[in-house]
Amino acid sequence: MRRLCLLLAVFASSLTLAAEMQLSLQLPKQAVAEYHRPYVAVWIERADRSVAANLAVWYQNKDGKDAQSGKAEPGSKWLADLRQWWRRSGREQKLPIDGVTGATRPAGQHDLKFSSDKTPLAGLAAGDYKLMIEAAREVGGREIVDIPFTWPPAAPQHLAAKGEHEIGAVTFDLNP
Amino acid sequence: MKKLSQWAVLALAAVIPVAASAHKMFLVPSTTVLSDPTDAWVTVDGAISNDLFYFNHHAMDLANLVITGPDGKSVAAENQHQGKWRSSFDVHLLQAGTYRIAVTSEGLFASYVDGKGEKKRWRGSAATLGEIPADAKDLVISQAQGSVNTFVTLGKPNDVAIKPSGRGLELAPVTAPNDLFAGEAAKFRFLVDGKPVKDLKVTVIAGGTRYRDKQDEIIATTDADGQFSVTWPAPGMYWLNASLDGQKATEPKASTRRLSYTATLEVLPQ
Repeated sequence: MRRLCLLLAVFASSLTLAAEMQLSLQLPKQAVAEYHRPYVAVWIERADRSVAANLAVWYQNKDGKDAQSGKAEPGSKWLADLRQWWRRSGREQKLPIDGVTGATRPAGQHDLKFSSDKTPLAGLAAGDYKLMIEAAREVGGREIVDIPFTWPPAAPQHLAAKGEHEIGAVTFDLNP
Repeated sequence: MKKLSQWAVLALAAVIPVAASAHKMFLVPSTTVLSDPTDAWVTVDGAISNDLFYFNHHAMDLANLVITGPDGKSVAAENQHQGKWRSSFDVHLLQAGTYRIAVTSEGLFASYVDGKGEKKRWRGSAATLGEIPADAKDLVISQAQGSVNTFVTLGKPNDVAIKPSGRGLELAPVTAPNDLFAGEAAKFRFLVDGKPVKDLKVTVIAGGTRYRDKQDEIIATTDADGQFSVTWPAPGMYWLNASLDGQKATEPKASTRRLSYTATLEVLPQ
């Protein structure tokens, strides 16, 4: 029983030690005749603009192959339209990226949660970063929204930003 | 006719001084940064025009089209076509990396006075020098070497295709030619026969000249190491050009050599 308590205590402390990021991202409804779901990339950028972590890349909706391995990878043809992400990270990646890449999502609110004890946040060094969100829509527009933050947070933080046309309201909550 | 147009271009390049050369040669790719090798293609237009990048003077001759793949091997152009104002072709990108697409020109030009005392001009190559009459007087032969270039990259850029050959006037990118973004400075180096060329005037002009009243040229000058830098004012296709006269000829019969280099570069938005 004592041993179990100790185990539980260790487990609980590891839970409280894990800092968290909660991202809520609005993809606006577009009043257009031809609508395609946007490609979206969410990543963490260092001060020198290199990529510290890829959090999400939504694009898989067509047949295709990965640029590096040549293996089947749906939808990569238009990935370069996520210009900054492609330049900073995408062109270096073997796709798909486990736990990061996925299918495009519809207009509406999308909630993402990341914890410092799991990939892709595990091992993120303490420092100043920018959360980057880039969205590019076929026959539509492209937009980037960024939110500067410090990791790990000393106290709970509620950050927010808003895009103008391809990205709606973004909230970014950091919990120590 | 095909040959004639090429020589016409060469003649133009050789006869008209730098500042007055109104006609601009260019290759314009449909896109420069690609992400899917299953079906990665670019289509390229080539023309000689007054305006960038519109087709209004002459189609580019594709006889000396050279496409170099990311492994340094040549890649065949597909679906070649020569129209009235422009030529076009497709390139299938089967390998990740950077491709150089170039039309090169190489020729000899002569002026002389023939046996009847008439001033003549001649153009040809080392192989056709025999066309100049043996009794030609005041014979002056000059050599011209030039290239018109553009670059496209599938996946991650590499530099095998863009390594200088050591012949003529060449641009050795310091910044990858498909990694150019508005507001950022890009660095390049100009080499003559593989050696840095100092004080070379480089002209950079953004496309879309038809819709503005000025050329808005950006002029850069190379330093002792042949380097210069350009800070891109806005996204778009840019035409980069430099030429150099009075170089030592590499053809034995020629007394001087004129060099030119042109590239079309795409600058992306941030």
